[in-house]
Amino acid sequence: MQYLLLIHHGTTPTPPSEEWDALPDDVKQSVYEDYKSVASTPGVTSGLRLAAPDTATTVQVKDQKTLTTDGPFVELKEAVGGYLLYEADDLDAAIELASRIPAARLGGAIEVRPIVTAGWE
Amino acid sequence: MTLEQTFREQWGRVLAALIGFLGDFDLAEEAAQEAFAIAAERWPRDGVPSSPGSWLITTARNRAIDRIRRDRTLAAKTRLLEPPEATEDTMDATTFPDERLELIFTCCHPALATEAQVALTLRTLGGLTTPEIARAFLVGEPTMAQRLVRAKRKIKAAGIPFRVPPDHLLPERLAAALAVVYLIFNAGYSAPPARGDLTAEALRLGYALAELMPDEPEVHGLLAMMLLLEARRAARFDGDDVVLLADQDRGLWDARKIAGGRTMLDRALALRGRGPYVVQAAIASLHADEPRDWAQIAGLYGELARLTDSPVVELSRAVAVAEADGPAAGLAIVDGLALLEDYHYLHAARGELLRRLGRVEEAREAYGRALALVHDEAEERLLRRRVAELGAA
Repeated sequence: MQYLLLIHHGTTPTPPSEEWDALPDDVKQSVYEDYKSVASTPGVTSGLRLAAPDTATTVQVKDQKTLTTDGPFVELKEAVGGYLLYEADDLDAAIELASRIPAARLGGAIEVRPIVTAGWE
Repeated sequence: MTLEQTFREQWGRVLAALIGFLGDFDLAEEAAQEAFAIAAERWPRDGVPSSPGSWLITTARNRAIDRIRRDRTLAAKTRLLEPPEATEDTMDATTFPDERLELIFTCCHPALATEAQVALTLRTLGGLTTPEIARAFLVGEPTMAQRLVRAKRKIKAAGIPFRVPPDHLLPERLAAALAVVYLIFNAGYSAPPARGDLTAEALRLGYALAELMPDEPEVHGLLAMMLLLEARRAARFDGDDVVLLADQDRGLWDARKIAGGRTMLDRALALRGRGPYVVQAAIASLHADEPRDWAQIAGLYGELARLTDSPVVELSRAVAVAEADGPAAGLAIVDGLALLEDYHYLHAARGELLRRLGRVEEAREAYGRALALVHDEAEERLLRRRVAELGAA
């Protein structure tokens, strides 16, 4: 069996941010080490780091119109039903793909989050 | 033209060209500011160059290239992997494509919150400073600064493209951009004249859009509507008090703006425009006539209500119908607008129509409900005057 583990950060500071920088070095160190140890556990395929939630865009389709909202999907009672990765030129292309996913028009929503790649601060 | 006016006029175009070239808002803004500072020092001494815009773009570009060459981490941030040598020759205006449209569509992208779209448009295209924008929207400076930083970061991190949207996205995106310009206009228009110059800024944006998208009727429609409304602005307030259209001193209307607005409206109609802004411009044009053709105004509000599905427009239609066919006909429409139960204008309109029908007690009650809902002080004083007039009758 394969499982997807979704990591919800809640209000915990994550880099890059002033709040993260303000944490004591030993705390930051142990967070990094714990992530490293989880990632190197047999059976784990190390995941992707998402950019901060405030870079998210939520896409929903109502009456065949694509509605775009700034920020993550906030309906917490909704369950995540899956995910996919899409290599796209820009956000417009990602929004277009998101609007074709049936959940977007069936009352759900697709949250589009950039993946952090090397080079981005 | 003063140096400041020249800067104001060039800022959007210079910044757009730099963002297009560098692919980074912050770096472009810094470089533009540097170039404007150099110009402020040199131009009074050496004279204004024949093409100020190209001079500013070239200078800013060279500064940015120098900085990128010195700082490799900066190079990674921009789209310039191999920065060219800085050149000293000033290119003519045609060398630099006008990229203000790309900039407008980036700033008004629907993945940004509306308030961020407004702030970013004013900052990048209008050249307003952060404190100026904060003041205009009555928020603290740190809040506005944060809003701008966040928006720029999202554009970069989320990959919002710097381009004019392709045809299949254009109608929707254009509507979003026009809505931002209209919001800016409204923020200036609904406040007493003392508060900033937002209507002038919106008009500037409107003219730029009309120049850049000459075939889009709604662009001309929005500009026409803004001109026709702006023409009456000086007459809309007596000190801090609101003066209704019927009571306005027409001598205070700006005849040139009315004529300009009507020319724009004709252009929009010639392009076969019949969208919401064109219809609103046509209504504003009819409102500038004396006597007013209320039947035609009511008809156009009906068309606008169908286009926008808005109960607020339906309320305006009711007021026009009352003028054309009598207060009872207007009241019948108002009473069907249950959706606007919490909208003070609904009760104010009801109060006025009931007064005309001689139903004074019901009118007083309606004005009372309007007063309970109103937040704007000028509007509140207007309502109190209405109630006082009832008592005297």
